[in-house]
Amino acid sequence: MYDVGLAHYLLVSTLVFAAGVATMTLKRNAIGVLIGVELVLNAASINFVAFGHYRAGGLDGQIAAVFVIVLAAAEAAVALAIFLNFYALHATVDVDRGDNLKG
Amino acid sequence: MADVYVPWPQPRAKEFRGPSRAAARAAVSAYRAGAPWVRKHPALVFFALLAGGCLAAWGVQFLCQEYVRVEQRLLLTARAQPGQWLTLEQLAAGAVEVRAAVPAVLLYPLQMLVVRDALGLLGIITFVSILAMFAIWLERKVAGWIQSRIGPMRVGGWHGWSQSLADGIKLIAKEDLIPAGADRMLYRLAPYINFVPALMGFVALPFGVYWVFRNLDVGLLFILAMLGLEVIGVLLAGWASNNKWSVFGALREAAQVVAYEIPMGMSLLIPIMVAGTLQLTGEDSVMARQAGGWFNWLAWHSPWTFVAMFTYFIASLAACKRAPFDLPEAESELVAGFHTEYSGFRWSLFFFAEYAAMFIVSGILVLLFLGGWDAPWVGLAPAAWGEPHAPLGAQLLYGVIFSGPFWFILKAMLLVYLQMWLRWTLPRLRIDQVLFSCVQVILPLTMIVLLASVFWELALGSSAAFRVFSQVVSFVLALVGAVIAVAIVLVALAGLRQRRALVGTMGVERPLPGG
Amino acid sequence: MSERIRLALIGLAVLVAVTLMGLAALLSSRPLEAFAFSVFAGALVTSALAIVLTRDIVRSAMWLMGALSSAAGLYFLLGANFLGVVQLIVYAGGILVLIVFGVMLTGRSPFLRFDPRPAETALAALVGVLLFAAFSAVLLGSAWPPLPGAVPVRQAATVREIGRALLTDYLLPFEVVSVLLLAVMIGAAYLARPVRR
Repeated sequence: MYDVGLAHYLLVSTLVFAAGVATMTLKRNAIGVLIGVELVLNAASINFVAFGHYRAGGLDGQIAAVFVIVLAAAEAAVALAIFLNFYALHATVDVDRGDNLKG
Repeated sequence: MADVYVPWPQPRAKEFRGPSRAAARAAVSAYRAGAPWVRKHPALVFFALLAGGCLAAWGVQFLCQEYVRVEQRLLLTARAQPGQWLTLEQLAAGAVEVRAAVPAVLLYPLQMLVVRDALGLLGIITFVSILAMFAIWLERKVAGWIQSRIGPMRVGGWHGWSQSLADGIKLIAKEDLIPAGADRMLYRLAPYINFVPALMGFVALPFGVYWVFRNLDVGLLFILAMLGLEVIGVLLAGWASNNKWSVFGALREAAQVVAYEIPMGMSLLIPIMVAGTLQLTGEDSVMARQAGGWFNWLAWHSPWTFVAMFTYFIASLAACKRAPFDLPEAESELVAGFHTEYSGFRWSLFFFAEYAAMFIVSGILVLLFLGGWDAPWVGLAPAAWGEPHAPLGAQLLYGVIFSGPFWFILKAMLLVYLQMWLRWTLPRLRIDQVLFSCVQVILPLTMIVLLASVFWELALGSSAAFRVFSQVVSFVLALVGAVIAVAIVLVALAGLRQRRALVGTMGVERPLPGG
Repeated sequence: MSERIRLALIGLAVLVAVTLMGLAALLSSRPLEAFAFSVFAGALVTSALAIVLTRDIVRSAMWLMGALSSAAGLYFLLGANFLGVVQLIVYAGGILVLIVFGVMLTGRSPFLRFDPRPAETALAALVGVLLFAAFSAVLLGSAWPPLPGAVPVRQAATVREIGRALLTDYLLPFEVVSVLLLAVMIGAAYLARPVRR
C-alpha cells in the first residue's frame, strides 16, 4: 500500500539536486555546468510546488516556482553571453582555462 | 541477370516473413479488389471515403457524448458515485431519462476513461495522417497550378488524389540511411522529437464545442509550448547528421524560431486580453466570447486586434518555417537544411510534423480571431438545433450549415492554402533580413499594438461614448474584413480557373495544348 | 546488429519498468495518480542521472529536455497546470534551445577534450552521494503535517487566480523581477555585441 505523498516528491527532488551538484562538479564544459545549475533550480522548484500542494496550500509555492523559472531564464541568457565571449577569447569553453585575470 | 551492369556487389533483396508477409499479402489483395472500382469512379470513391470518414468520426464522438450525458444524469440524481462501475441496468435507466439515441449496450464499454482516451487519440492520429497526406497533395497541386503545370494526375485517378498514399508506401519501403560519423541514437530520435509535440498540440486544440480531447484551462499556452518543443527536434536532426549544411539549417531554425516566438505570443495576448481567458472552449472561453456570428469575431473587435491578426499570421509563418521564412531548409543554399541526410520514414515524419504545425497555427488564428467553428451566419440558426438532445437531422443541418468541426477545418484549411500560396509566390528572405524584420519591425509593432489595445479596453470600460465609437469602428472593420475575405477567395478561384494559362512574359493568348 | 540488440534491450527495460510501475500503482488507493507519478519521477531521475554520466554535451542537453518535460509532468500532477506549461515554454522551448545553440557555436572541435580526470570523477561521485544521503536522511526522518493555517488544496488553480496574485500579493517581487529581466536583457546584449578591434 503506498500513496503518493510529499515525501516522494521530496525524495525525487533531492536526487535531482544531488545529480545537479555532481554535474557541476564533474563537467569541465561550461555549458555542462550550466545544465547542472538548471537541474538544481528544477529540484528547488519541484520542492516549492510540492510543499505548496501538500503542506501550505494556496498559490505561494507555484508563484515562487514561477519566479525560479524566470530567474533561470535570465541566468541562462547572461551565462551564454559570457560563454560566447569566453570562447572568443580562449577558443574553448573549458572552465579550467578561465584562470587568468586579464584575457 | 548476367548482362546487367552491377557496379558493386548488391545485397539480396529483403524478403518479408511472418506477419509482415501476411500484412503485405492482405494489402496487395485489397488493392487488387479495390483498384477496378477506383479506376472506374475515382471521384466517387474519393468523396465516398471522405464522407464515410466524417460520419465515422461523428458517430464515435456522438457515442462518447451520449455516455457523458447519461453519466452526468446518474451522478446528478445520486444513483452513482464518481468512479463507480456502472451496471447495464443503471445505464439503461439513465439513457431512457435523458432520451439518449443509442442503446445502453453501446455505452457500456465507454465508461472506462482509457477506452474514451484511446478512441480520442486514435482519432487525432488518423486526422493528422489524413491531414498531412491531403495537404502534401494540395501543396503539389497548388505549386503546379501557380507554375502553370498540372501537378500529380495519375495515382488514384481523379486529379491524382492518392499520390501521397503511394508516396507514403514508397517512403516506408526506402532504405533508411544513417551517415558515417553521425550520432546514431540522436539521429534516430530527432524525427520523433519533432513529430510527437506536433501531435500533442492537437490534444488541446478544440474542433468544436465538444470536439476536444482535453479542455485545459491553459489550452492556448499548452499548444504554444508544444510548437516551441518542436524546434528541438529540428536542432537535434541538424546536429546529429554530421553535415555542415544541416548544422547551418538547425542554427537558423533556432535563431528564427526563438526570435519569432515573442511577436507571436504578444500578438496572441491581444485577443486573450479582450476575451479575458486562456481557455479555448467551454463556458468561459475565447469561443464563448465570439458567439453570434461575423460581427462578434475578435478580429474586428478593435483596430488593434485587426493588426494583431496579421502580425500573428506573419510570425506563425516563421514559427512553422514556411516561405518566405523557410531558411532552415533553404534548398538553393543548404541542399535541404536540417533534413538533408534523412530518408525514408524518418524523413516523412518531418513533413507530417510540418503540416500538422501549419494546421495548428492556422487553427489558433481561426479560434482567436475568426470565430472558430462558427459560420459567419451562425446567428441566424434556431438555437434549439445545436443542443445535444435535438433531433439528429437538425443536428446534422446545424453542424454542416451553421457551426461545427466542418467549419473549423474549412477555415483552417483556407489559411493553410494561403500559406501555400505565399510559399509559391514570394522569394525567400536572407537570414539577416529575417531577424531584422522580427526584431526591428514586427516586435516594435506588436508592442505598440499591445499597449494601444490596453488603453482601448480601459476606455471601453469607462466611457459610454467611446463604446459607441468602438462599435462603429468595429462595424467598419468587419466590412473591410468581409471585403478582404471575399477578395482572397475570388482571386484564388480566378487563379484556379486560369491555371492552364501561362503568365508573365511567357504569356500567350491561348491555353496550353491539351487544355 | 549489436545496435539493434541494444535498442531492443532499452525497449525491453522500459517496458519492464513501466509494467512494474503499473503493478505497484494498483496497490495504491488512487492508481492513476500513482502510476503517472512513478512514470514522471522515473523519467526525471533517469534523465538526471544520465546527464551526470553522459560525456557528450549535446546528449546531456537532450537528457535535460527529458528532465524538464518530466518535471513539467510532475507539476501537472500537483495541480499546477499553468506552471507546467510555463516550464515547457520557457525552459524547454527557450532555455534549452539557447543551450543547444551555445553548444553548436562553441563545440565539436577535434582538439577540445572535456574528459574529467579520475580525481574529479571521484570527487563528483562523493559530493553527489553525500548530498543525497544527508538530505534523504533528514527528510525521511521528519514528518510533514499540513501547516495549521493552510488553505485547503485546490484541484487546479486557474490562470486568473495566479495573475491576480501576481499583481496584488506579489506585486513587489513581480516588479523586481521585471526590472531584473530588463537589466539582463541589456547586459546580455552588451556582452554579446560585436567586438570592435
